[in-house]
Amino acid sequence: MFTIETGSGFWNPIIWVAAMVIAFLVTYILRSFGNKSYKKNTEQTKVFLSGNPEYQKEKMHVKADNLYWGFTESLKGFYSLLKKVHTGNTGDYILWFVIILAIFFIVEVI
Amino acid sequence: MNIPEYTPALVVAIPLLGAFLTPLVGRVNDKLRNIFVILILAINAMLVALLSYDVLVNGIQTYIFGAKDLSYPIVRILFEVDAMSVFMAIIGSIVLLVAVIYSWAFMKENTGLDKYYTLILLLTAGMLGMMLTGDMFNFFVFLEITSISSCALIAFRTDSAESIEAAFKYIVVSAIGALFVLFAIALLYGQYDALNIAALSNAIQYTFLDKIALVLLIAALGMKSGIAPMHMWLPDSYGKAPATISLVLVSATLASLYGALRVIFTLYGNVLSTISNSGIPLNVSIGWLIIALAVVSIIIGVIMALIQSDFKRLIAYGAVAEIGYMFLAIGTGIAALGTQYGETALTGGIFHIMNDAMDVGLLFLVAGAIYYSTKESSLNKMGGFARNMKYTTILFIIGFLAVSGIPPMNGFASKLLIYESTFMLNPILAIIAILGSILLLAIFVKVFYSAFMGPEIPRFKNVKEVPKSMLFAMGIIACIIIFFGLFPELVITNIVEPAKNALMGYSGYVSQIVGGGI
Repeated sequence: MFTIETGSGFWNPIIWVAAMVIAFLVTYILRSFGNKSYKKNTEQTKVFLSGNPEYQKEKMHVKADNLYWGFTESLKGFYSLLKKVHTGNTGDYILWFVIILAIFFIVEVI
Repeated sequence: MNIPEYTPALVVAIPLLGAFLTPLVGRVNDKLRNIFVILILAINAMLVALLSYDVLVNGIQTYIFGAKDLSYPIVRILFEVDAMSVFMAIIGSIVLLVAVIYSWAFMKENTGLDKYYTLILLLTAGMLGMMLTGDMFNFFVFLEITSISSCALIAFRTDSAESIEAAFKYIVVSAIGALFVLFAIALLYGQYDALNIAALSNAIQYTFLDKIALVLLIAALGMKSGIAPMHMWLPDSYGKAPATISLVLVSATLASLYGALRVIFTLYGNVLSTISNSGIPLNVSIGWLIIALAVVSIIIGVIMALIQSDFKRLIAYGAVAEIGYMFLAIGTGIAALGTQYGETALTGGIFHIMNDAMDVGLLFLVAGAIYYSTKESSLNKMGGFARNMKYTTILFIIGFLAVSGIPPMNGFASKLLIYESTFMLNPILAIIAILGSILLLAIFVKVFYSAFMGPEIPRFKNVKEVPKSMLFAMGIIACIIIFFGLFPELVITNIVEPAKNALMGYSGYVSQIVGGGI
């Protein structure tokens, strides 16, 4: 009911869940040994930005477009090619269909 | 249990009848109309469940529309329902039922809902017809019903020019795809004087015209399934349709995928190992062509999803990658036909069809829930929703973990089978598949952070959780995801393996009709 054979191994979600529960318990126990000197609503909880003033909360939120900036920047060339291909033009959509049709014809028919 | 022999016909007839009755019921009362549509689809889901039980216990079921006696000139259409058909019908009926439950609150403020529900029921009839029919021309007719109703539903929000444009693109792509399907059917009919899939499969010789028909069918149905690079209509349509329709479109797209599977494994089942012009067996050349397109789909899907800022468009690109996974498994199954890992790949691919419908479907509903509460679809403007929309956040986490293939969700079980089997064919394929999943996780972590985490945005301070009916609809899918994740063997043994065996055992499908006295 739980175990699937993959051909070279197996997968049992119950074992995985049990392992996760044990890992959580171990983490929780380790955490309980931590420093208890934390005090709410004191200087300890204030944000420190190298002495700079803190921005408004909503301005601190990183926008979706800025996440993974490094990744997209390093693949700039590839992205500009992909964006060029995605023209939004229905004629181009059909052109891709014709190209794939042609490849299938060359391989399977001719 | 005695299941009536006309159940396959009822599965299509009930939503069709319901579609024509819906505007009449809508005249009485909006609430009554909503209850009526939910009832119709609930009854239909029960019929699909009964039919599935019958097929899984007693084998292939057929239903004849028209002449039953072979001694007269035969004018008739056959429904031939095997385990693969019911597997797809189960997905379709669950998705459609969830979509109408969700629609109750989600579409409440819209006008023209009589038309909306009528089109949904028409789409249901078309989609289930595609899955149950044993006739190629009938398949084409149902494909057209599905396409036209889908197009109208994509354009449902007529106040948005983008919706109309997306619908236009969809109908152009669908019409051209359907035209090529019809042309291929004409080629087969011209040669063999038959339209029945089993009769055609028995007669097929793999002539020059058969090769052309095969190529046309695979390319056209591949485009309708959204495989790259013929996927570009998909983000437009999924992104601009109402969230419920995006969910429904996922299963309509999978119906085309089913069509492609039926063509390759059943229609051309007895010639799959024929040596093609290139000197290699047909299954190997077709399999590798499909694998190549699948790899392109995974790469383009995840890479393009990463730069999207529109929530639904991002999910749509994720769906392109997911379609890539299904085709990767199917391509591997075809290329490695007759091997153990080929069968494992097919099992994984078929299991992933169901998982994809649930995982991507849930994410679309979450996107819809956020739009419902905030009227916002740009991820750049979102933030902090986890504070006010706790249940939606939990449902999103379930959806994104499942679609990224994180254990113990259902997506992991099917993807694991795909990774291991593709590794046996070529390790590079498995590496691409795993990298694709990692990127999918990264993409949805981005969504999670930008939409749900972070400080409270003043504009969204008063955002409230969505109504209970919407949470209930999303909850149904989330429960299925968790259940399939925790009990993968149960699902595989009872519905996935029989579907795979039905697909591979084309002779059983053929002998039911040819020589079976029907």
